[in-house]
Amino acid sequence: MSLILDNISYIYGKATAFETYALKNVNLAIPDGEFIGLIGHTGSGKSTLIQHMNGLVKATEGNIYFNGADIYDKDFKMKELRRKVGLVFQYPEHQLFETTVIRDVLFGPKNMGMEQLDAELAAYGALKAVGVGEDLLDASPFELSGGQKRRVAIAGVLACKPDILILDEPTAGLDPVGRIEILSLLKQIHEEQKITVILVSHSMEDVAEYVERIIVMNDGEVVMDDSPRVIFEREEELKAMGLGVPQVTRVCRRLHSLGMDINPDCITIDEAEQEIKKKFGLV
Amino acid sequence: MIRDITIGQYYPADSIIHRLDPRVKFTGTLALIVSLFLFDSFYGFLLCGGFVAAVIIMAKLPLKYVLKGMRPILFLLLFMMIFNLLLTPGEVLGSWWIFTVTKEGIRSALFMGLRLIFLVLGSSIMTYTTTPNKLTDAMERIFAPLKLIKVPVHEFSMMISIALRFIPILLEETDKIMKAQQARGADFENGNVFKRIKALIPLLVPLFVSAFRRAGDLAEAMEARCYHGGKGRTKLKPLKYAFRDAIAYIVLVGLIVGAVFIP
Ligand SMILES: Nc1ncnc2c1ncn2[C@@H]1O[C@H](COP(=O)(O)OP(=O)(O)OP(=O)(O)O)[C@@H](O)[C@H]1O
Ligand SMILES: [Mg+2]
Repeated sequence: MSLILDNISYIYGKATAFETYALKNVNLAIPDGEFIGLIGHTGSGKSTLIQHMNGLVKATEGNIYFNGADIYDKDFKMKELRRKVGLVFQYPEHQLFETTVIRDVLFGPKNMGMEQLDAELAAYGALKAVGVGEDLLDASPFELSGGQKRRVAIAGVLACKPDILILDEPTAGLDPVGRIEILSLLKQIHEEQKITVILVSHSMEDVAEYVERIIVMNDGEVVMDDSPRVIFEREEELKAMGLGVPQVTRVCRRLHSLGMDINPDCITIDEAEQEIKKKFGLV
Repeated sequence: MIRDITIGQYYPADSIIHRLDPRVKFTGTLALIVSLFLFDSFYGFLLCGGFVAAVIIMAKLPLKYVLKGMRPILFLLLFMMIFNLLLTPGEVLGSWWIFTVTKEGIRSALFMGLRLIFLVLGSSIMTYTTTPNKLTDAMERIFAPLKLIKVPVHEFSMMISIALRFIPILLEETDKIMKAQQARGADFENGNVFKRIKALIPLLVPLFVSAFRRAGDLAEAMEARCYHGGKGRTKLKPLKYAFRDAIAYIVLVGLIVGAVFIP
């Protein structure tokens, strides 16, 4: 199971005055079971890139291979790709339409051709995984709170049982508690169901805390692709692209430069806490 | 893709047509439409065709883009032409089953088709080269005399301006929701008529919800800025005629006169 993007370029509004290069020669390999963060300044092409991964947008140039099969082949089964690569759009709650929560979550699995019983099992499972209680199953999705709607929408994609789950800024507009809940939920799904998760995010703190590989985009190009620790060593380059390093990394680096004996490369709060405790002999 | 619908959208370019006063373009479009129905001869269409072609070239609009914008009327066009072709009485050229084709039929189908094409071309050139704001400014000024008989001219033009502004926004929203539902396996392209209509529900419900949400937001934003209708409201950029506008008016009068006197 793998997804390979081979030299993908994409132009919006080709041959008009609105022509914009959204992607330039992107090469990526997404193997099984990784937890990947996709970061980049606004307009860098993140949303465009992930829409290529399930075939919603067709590359102007280049090829995409899913498990070795060229997805632009005539007899490639696009529906199968859409099922296996689940895509949660930004503000996914805007896609809810059914009369009840459970029916909305069932929409995906049924489209994908699951039997009624399997579809229902998948839907219940997905709703449970995202933490939507049974009391809400028959509520109208339009009556829920923003955070609950978001969970239902994520469940709608999760219920299709994807092998790769891609989420476009799933925490945008949520409060801090809601953010942490959604992110830990993703981590849990990643660990329990062993699926690949790609998280598009603006927050360095979030990606540092959760992902094991970061892809950095700038101006439609993939400019870095490595583990968080390696990426965050290139602070100057990140800053030049309108990005940065997690706050706690900045704090540690500043303390280090002031002469304190502390590891300047902590990227999560836990690491920094350990370092500081060690420094003061508290462990 | 739904995004390809270009009718009624502004196409930015730096051209003399773009710079013309919107009142000229508005009256010009009306003049073109009127002149289309003033003649019934080959030369008339040649005149109108030449005029429209010249304007497209001067406006620096890519031909492909303009033609793409005509696609939505293709069905209507075919429908109208076939009816005209088969249902006009006159000198019979041939017949098949219950249908007869007449000389007059061919002529009227051809002319009606050309009229519709020029009509849509003319009005889309106007919207391609004029921003919605300018267009409604022009309407407000042109219809200002109607205020005397208590027609809410400003309110009407504000409504039109908002409606025009919302076209691209709603298209973008449609595109987004379609993609989101396709990601959940929705299929908008295959199946029989009933299936396809049913497939629209997951698209239309969120679209309406979002249109109402946006409308509410906009109303609130307008009120927060103390919008209270047209009374006593002044313009940031009042419309002003330039020399080129006078020339354009002369050309338009020429077009109408030509259309009237062409044999
Ligand atoms: N539908 C569209 N039509 C035309 N241009 C578009 C469209 N969608 C995106 N673009 C352009 O493509 C480029 C990449 O956009 P994209 O939405 O992929 O960025 P992004 O990285 O997701 O940004 P953000 O963080 O703001 O979501 C931008 O320059 C944008 O203006
Ligand atoms: Mg985006």
